Amino acid sequence: MRTIAFLVRRSLRQHALSTAVTAGAAALACGLVLSVFSVTAQARDAFVRDPGFDAVLGAKGSELQLVLNSVFHLETSPGNIPWSLYEEFREDPRVALAIPYAVGDNYRGFRIVGTTPEIFEVEYAKGRRYGIAVAEGQRLGRFFQAGNREAVLGSRVAEATGLKVNDAFHPTHGADAEGHVHEDEYTVTGILAPTNTPADRVVWIPIEGIFHMEGHVLRGSGEEHDPEPDEEIAQEHKEVSAVMLRLKGEAAGFALKIKARESGVATLAWPIANVMQDLFDKLFWFVRILEIVAYLVVAVSMAGILASLYNTMNERRREFAILRALGARKGTVFASVVSEAAAIAAAGALLGYLVHALVVAAAAHTLRTETGVVLDPFAYHPVLWAAPLGILALGALAGLLPATKAYRTDVAANLAPTS
Amino acid sequence: MDALVVERLKKAYVAPDGERVPVVDVQDLRLAEGAQAALKGRSGSGKTTLLNLIAGVLRADEGRIVVAGEEITALPEAGRDRLRAERIGYVFQTFNLLQGLTALENVLLPMMLRGAPDRARAAALLERVGMNGRLDYRPAQLSVGQQQRVAVARALANRPALVLADEPTGNLDEQHADEALGLLRDVCRENGTALLVVSHDARVLGRFERVLALKELNRA
Repeated sequence: MRTIAFLVRRSLRQHALSTAVTAGAAALACGLVLSVFSVTAQARDAFVRDPGFDAVLGAKGSELQLVLNSVFHLETSPGNIPWSLYEEFREDPRVALAIPYAVGDNYRGFRIVGTTPEIFEVEYAKGRRYGIAVAEGQRLGRFFQAGNREAVLGSRVAEATGLKVNDAFHPTHGADAEGHVHEDEYTVTGILAPTNTPADRVVWIPIEGIFHMEGHVLRGSGEEHDPEPDEEIAQEHKEVSAVMLRLKGEAAGFALKIKARESGVATLAWPIANVMQDLFDKLFWFVRILEIVAYLVVAVSMAGILASLYNTMNERRREFAILRALGARKGTVFASVVSEAAAIAAAGALLGYLVHALVVAAAAHTLRTETGVVLDPFAYHPVLWAAPLGILALGALAGLLPATKAYRTDVAANLAPTS
Repeated sequence: MDALVVERLKKAYVAPDGERVPVVDVQDLRLAEGAQAALKGRSGSGKTTLLNLIAGVLRADEGRIVVAGEEITALPEAGRDRLRAERIGYVFQTFNLLQGLTALENVLLPMMLRGAPDRARAAALLERVGMNGRLDYRPAQLSVGQQQRVAVARALANRPALVLADEPTGNLDEQHADEALGLLRDVCRENGTALLVVSHDARVLGRFERVLALKELNRA
C-alpha cells in the first residue's frame, strides 16, 4: 500500500496540470450533486415546516396563493373577506386562535401587515415567540399598541432600511416600492429579533392603520366606504386579507373547510404544510431534471478521468515496464493506476464540499433576501456522505480500463531502447 | 554457490508467418558469486532476450535458470517478480530512470517494491557513485553520465546477488563510458555482487577478464 501511495503521489505530481483539471471537473460534479439534493431538501423543509398556524382563511380562490401571500408574504393578495367572517371563525368553538391580516401597502418593497398585537404571542416555531431585539444590553423598543400609528419592524427590514426606534416613515401603496406614498406617518416603536422566517421581512402595524390609511377604500359591506381619519369604522365596512387560524384538532379542519366553502366568498387553506407539500410535489419534475443534469455532469467528469488517464497510458508504457523490471508485480501496477483515478476523484470530492458550500451560501443568501426563509448550510442530508463516496467509487471504476492497459504492458518490448 | 546458472535454455519467437524463430539456445552458462563477466555479441544476436530470460521478464520455452540458488524458470510470474526485486539488479542502455522521481526516489523505489525502503542506504549509494548534492534532482536535470550513475546505484539498492547490464555504456561518450563501467564494476565488487554485462563494444569487452562469446554459447 505504501509503495502504491508513493507511486500515486509522484504520478499526480508529475501530471499536475491534468490532475488539477480532472479533479476540478470532479469537484464541480460532486458539488453540483451535493447542492441539488441538499438545497432542494432544505428548501422543502423550510417551506413545509409548521409556521405556527394550522390554516389560513382568505378570499375564494387558490389555496396556494393564499398560503404564499399570508404565510410567506409573497405574491399579491387574492382579495379580501368581510370582517364579519373573521369574527364568525374567531367565535367558532373549533378555533383556538384567529388573527386577522390586512395587507396592501409596503415600505421600500417590504410588505406592511396590519394585524392585532396577539400576533406577537404566537409560537412561530416550537417554543419560539416573536421578541423585541436586544442590542448592547438594551431592548430595541416595544410592540405596537392597537389603534396607534406605530410600527414594529422585522429584523431584515430594519437591517435593509436603516430605520431605528422612534424613526418615522410613510407607507407606500400597493406592493411596488415606487407606488403612491401615503400621507400617514408611522413611528417605529420596536424592532423584532431575527426569526429566520418570512416575518423578518414584514413591517407590522395595527390593523386599524390599514383601514384608516389615506386612499384606502373598504368594501366589507359590498359597497365602497372611504373612512374619515378619526372615524370609528362600523364593523360592516371592515374587511381583512386573511385570517390566520390555529384549530382544535384535525376534525375541525374538515368542518371549517366546508364552512368556508359554504360562505361563498372564502377559502380555507388547510393544512398549510400540505398546501406547500403539494407545490413541491408539482415541482418534482423540475427537481428530477436538476438531478439528471447533476448525474450527467458526474458521468462527464468520470469520463474525463478515464480519458485523461487512458491517453497517458501509451506514453507511460515504458514507466510501467521499468516498474515491472524493478520487481513490481502486475497487481501493483494495476492498483497504482486505479488508485490514481480514485485519488483524483477523492480530491474532486473534497473540493466538491467547497463548491457545495459556495452554492448553498449563494442560494441561502438569495432565498433569505427574497423570501426571508433561511437555509441551514450545515443541515444533515445523506447525500453529504453518499455523493463523495459515490464519486470516489466511480473514479476508481473509471481507472479500471487504463489500469487494465497498464497491467498488460509488454515489459520486454517496452524496455528496449528508443532512438 | 553460483550467482547464476543457465542450463539448456531455449527461447523462440513466432514470426508473423507462423514460423518459430529460435533466438536463444544456450547449453550452459555459469557465473560464480561475486564474479564478473562480459557477454559479447552483435546486434540482434539475442543478448537482450537472454538477459530478459535471466531476469524473468520473459519466460523460457525450455531449460532452467537458477539465480542465487532459486530456480527462476520454475516460478510463477509473481514469484519471478519477487526474485527480481530481491536478488537481481538491472542496468539498461537508456538508464530507464523514472522521470517523475528524483535521483533519491529512483534508488528508493526498488527498496519500496521489496517492502524495505532505506533512505540512508539510498543516499549512501548515490554518494558512492558521486551523486552527492544531486539527490533531489530529477533525471531531466541530470547529464546522461549522471543518469547512468543513478541507474548503477538503483541496481545495487536491494543488495542483489546478480546485476545484469544491457549495453550500459551504449549512450555514453568514451570518457563517461569508461567512468560508468569502472564504477559499475567497482560497486559490484564492493557489494559482492556478480555482474553480467552484455555488449558489442570492444572497449567494454576489453575491460573484462572473462568474456563469453554469445555466438559460441548460443546455438540458435
